[in-house]
Amino acid sequence: MPSTICALATPPGEGGIAVVRVSGPESYPIVERVFRPVHAAKTVAAARGYTALLGHYLLRGVEMDQTVALFYRAPHSYTGEDVIELSVHGGSAMAGGLLEALYLAGAVPAGPGEFTRRALENGKLSLTQAEAVMEVISANGRQGAALAKTALDGSLARRISGIQAALQTLAAHMTAWIDYPEEDVPELSEGELTLTLEEQIGALNDLIDSYGAGAVLRHGVDCVLLGRPNVGKSTLLNLLAGFDRAIVTPIAGTTRDVLEQAVMLGDTGIRLNLFDTAGVRDAGADAVEAEGIRRSWKKLEEAGLVLAVFDLGEPLTPEDLEIARRCQGRPALAILNKQDLAGQGEAVAAARQALAPYFKTVLALCAKDSASLQPLCDAVARLLGTAHLDPNAAALCSARQLTAAREARDALQEALDSQRGGYGLDAAGVCLADAQRALARLTGEDATEATLDEVFSTFCVGK
Amino acid sequence: MDCLGSYDVIVIGAGHAGIEAGHAAAVLGARTAVFTLTLDFIGNMPCNPSIGGTAKGHLVREIDALGGLMGLAADATFLQSKMLNRGKGPAVHSLRVQTDRKRYHIWMKHALEQTPNLELHQGEITGIDVRDGHVCGVFTNLNGYYACKCVVIATGTALGGRIFVGETHYDGGPDGQHAATALTRDLVRKGFPLRRFKTGTPARVHRRSIDFSRLECQPGDPEELLQPFSFLTHGAMHNKVDCYVAYTNAATHRVILDNLSRSPLYGGDIQGVGPRYCPSIEDKVVRFPDKDRHPIFVEPCGEDTEEMYLQGMSSSLPESVQNAMYRTIEGFEHLEIMRPAYAIEYDCVDPTSLLPTLESKVVRGVYGAGQFNGTSGYEEAAAQGLLAGLNAARHALGQSELVLARHTSYLGTLVDDLVTKGVMDPYRMMTSRSEYRLSLRQDNADERLTPIGREYGLVDDERWAAFTRDMAVKNAEVHRLETTKVPLARLRAAATDAQRAALGESGGTAAELLKRPGIDYGLVAKVIGRGEGVTPTMALRIETELRYAGYIAREQRTIREVQRHENVAIPDDFDYAPLETLTLEAREKLSKIRPRTLAQAGRIPGVSPSDVAQLSVALLRRNHREGETHD
Repeated sequence: MPSTICALATPPGEGGIAVVRVSGPESYPIVERVFRPVHAAKTVAAARGYTALLGHYLLRGVEMDQTVALFYRAPHSYTGEDVIELSVHGGSAMAGGLLEALYLAGAVPAGPGEFTRRALENGKLSLTQAEAVMEVISANGRQGAALAKTALDGSLARRISGIQAALQTLAAHMTAWIDYPEEDVPELSEGELTLTLEEQIGALNDLIDSYGAGAVLRHGVDCVLLGRPNVGKSTLLNLLAGFDRAIVTPIAGTTRDVLEQAVMLGDTGIRLNLFDTAGVRDAGADAVEAEGIRRSWKKLEEAGLVLAVFDLGEPLTPEDLEIARRCQGRPALAILNKQDLAGQGEAVAAARQALAPYFKTVLALCAKDSASLQPLCDAVARLLGTAHLDPNAAALCSARQLTAAREARDALQEALDSQRGGYGLDAAGVCLADAQRALARLTGEDATEATLDEVFSTFCVGK
Repeated sequence: MDCLGSYDVIVIGAGHAGIEAGHAAAVLGARTAVFTLTLDFIGNMPCNPSIGGTAKGHLVREIDALGGLMGLAADATFLQSKMLNRGKGPAVHSLRVQTDRKRYHIWMKHALEQTPNLELHQGEITGIDVRDGHVCGVFTNLNGYYACKCVVIATGTALGGRIFVGETHYDGGPDGQHAATALTRDLVRKGFPLRRFKTGTPARVHRRSIDFSRLECQPGDPEELLQPFSFLTHGAMHNKVDCYVAYTNAATHRVILDNLSRSPLYGGDIQGVGPRYCPSIEDKVVRFPDKDRHPIFVEPCGEDTEEMYLQGMSSSLPESVQNAMYRTIEGFEHLEIMRPAYAIEYDCVDPTSLLPTLESKVVRGVYGAGQFNGTSGYEEAAAQGLLAGLNAARHALGQSELVLARHTSYLGTLVDDLVTKGVMDPYRMMTSRSEYRLSLRQDNADERLTPIGREYGLVDDERWAAFTRDMAVKNAEVHRLETTKVPLARLRAAATDAQRAALGESGGTAAELLKRPGIDYGLVAKVIGRGEGVTPTMALRIETELRYAGYIAREQRTIREVQRHENVAIPDDFDYAPLETLTLEAREKLSKIRPRTLAQAGRIPGVSPSDVAQLSVALLRRNHREGETHD
């Protein structure tokens, strides 16, 4: 018999309510032990599917938060099992308490994606739906959620259909030309072939690229704040986070550890997983600080975004230049902080000139000023390539889709190469058919039949 | 009722499918009888007098590689030969010949007469005898009964045949044969899912009535380039005739459009589904109004006749309209029509009721081949006939049957398409139907199939010896090319000016050089000589395999990938109903087709990759559970 699992169904730490989902054959007896309805005559055991009860949950016999219980009876539930969803007030304390109570009552923590896996096994979801739901669940941030939903809506399917249609027209022409060599089929010109192949390779590349940028929106990006002590990294962090998160003092070296925090970056929809690092300087004897610095450099190597902070209030130091050098070739943004202290534009210009070779963008601002947030957001969005990403446009959602799109793109590239390499049309034809089949795996269409249909509707061939 | 004989295999029909079925069964040692409405139409070509063509030529080579007759007969009786698509790459090279229709028939009749274990009978089969779900005999129109273990139905257009010319229609088969109507009724009673298809053929006309000076001449290939179908045919080949091309014009189209209501196709008399790829001239004019002309290929029917076939002008318009229509064409002003064009409807079976062995799921021991299975074309028919006859004989003899996977052959592809996807209109083989066409070339059919034919008892010692000899030559030559260095300077000296530009910058082994597009076997041979016993055909095959090695390897990877799913067997009694995640459509299709492997399941239309993934999980779960109960 499968275990009864439970887990937080809403993202941790966000929103006004938190939902804990319980699924499995023991759901009702377990929740019975934890949940006390307001109406004393009601019981969990008697609750019918698709009904709700208001009450409180109990932890070690103590009445805790107000709780709404939503009941589902197998097989009419998300997982196909008996499911109860318990809503409590948002914030980790209440949900954490509820989970603890459920564990004590006999539930076990759900593994990653286990609800969806059970749904799939019990026939509640198709594989494609399951993949998309997995992504919705893991999507963080508004844009990411919208992006994941489009797969369910079929806009990705439409986008792929467009590419399929173009390939099909080409394949139909090729088929007619090859299978009816003696009839009035216009010759397939090398130019037409090359052009279509190049266009569709481009379209597939756009889709493939959307996976990377889309992933940034779905999963957030690891971001490192870097800079000498006291250049204003923590102030910048507070600007981003919107409240005092790191300890900010004027004494150099206050921040010793890598602090983690997730923030939504303004209106970009991008979630930054921020790592504020210990100020980088030659630490001398302080072993703790040296360890912090070592972690800072390591974090720099792994980060998807580096925000390197420099102090405009004083000239660039050798340490600043060392930081700049290490940022070269990384997705790094130079932030010239304390613009208010810089006086005339000369210092800014000098710093810009010195740093430009190492950074994709150099931005001057004042981290204490909340108006600095917008230009910073814009610069980050540009750097990550998400600025022009329309969350409602189709994007590849899963690794399976990415693989298929890549296979199709590579096959088309091979078709193109075969033409340039002086091979016969048969080689290009085989590659083209491979590309069609790769895409058909995403839409479930029979590429061969569709192509033949087009042959006979477009070309007047046959005896 | 008298029992007049007892056989292992009885074949109904002696068209292209019936011939190969009877021959294959008899070669395997099964006592075989072939029944035909008339012995004078064995291997008849009621439509175009030609064999081969794109993809169809591949099938003929495959039939030959498996030990069938069609390639040998075509080589013996051809009038003109052409390798189509020479400029479009070796995977799509296709051999087609014009054949002498009468001599082909005579050759085939004689070949069957000379086949041991095979009897030819003129007579109409009116029904099959079934006991416990298995066939056990056939009934004839002369009130005779023949006992048998297996039956191959290869009835062509004779089964329930009905001919349409304008407003006139009557029961009948091609070329004045009568229709076999009793058998249709019997099969329906036995539960075979029959349906109605139609096809058509153009007029046959007298040579003297055509002004050939107004037509384009189409000669065959130069004689030094002629290649036979059969791997056993050697020696010089000669073209005997030319073909010609004429074109329809605005006047032709006007006659057709003015009389469209008199066409049974458009008048609604014909219910059968016609082939998409074989449109009548009415269809062409209606569906492609922008085309101001359509080509007509004028092909001789034989050396002993003045009849000419007009490919591209099949029609079911009334005879008077046909006269007017054909005579609008330049060069046809005084055309003498000898046999008018007609459309024909006939009965065939839904091929999804067949197993990949071509045995029916409705009555065991009954096999189908050719038009009965929903295909069109002599070559498609012959190829299925061979497989059906082979399996019927092995069934009767208690041996395991042959299923050809898609990657082995066009024949395997054809059968898989038929039994897995079914057909909406008569099925024609096309190169694009194969996903492995660089591997399934016409030049290597022997490598792909002769060993299988040998294993299953079709390939005789003579063919096997020829095959092993050819393979020894090939392997030795590939080895020589891979180990012989060719200095660039010597290659340059041997090259023509045009070739010199494409030589590249460095020398290498002969095999490496042959991968370069500008370098062919002939040029390399000028420097290192030709390999012993290497014919021009073999040289081209080796050259192709070296040059396309990357693409062929790519196909082989795909084949291996698919093979994983081919190896996952689905039990015959697998119940799809409880798999509620699968769409209703997928479950219905799977229950009907009853695929034998996971790969075949995935090819069923309406079964999505996600259905296959879930099915594979379900199969795993089933195996798991069975494992538990056994423990």
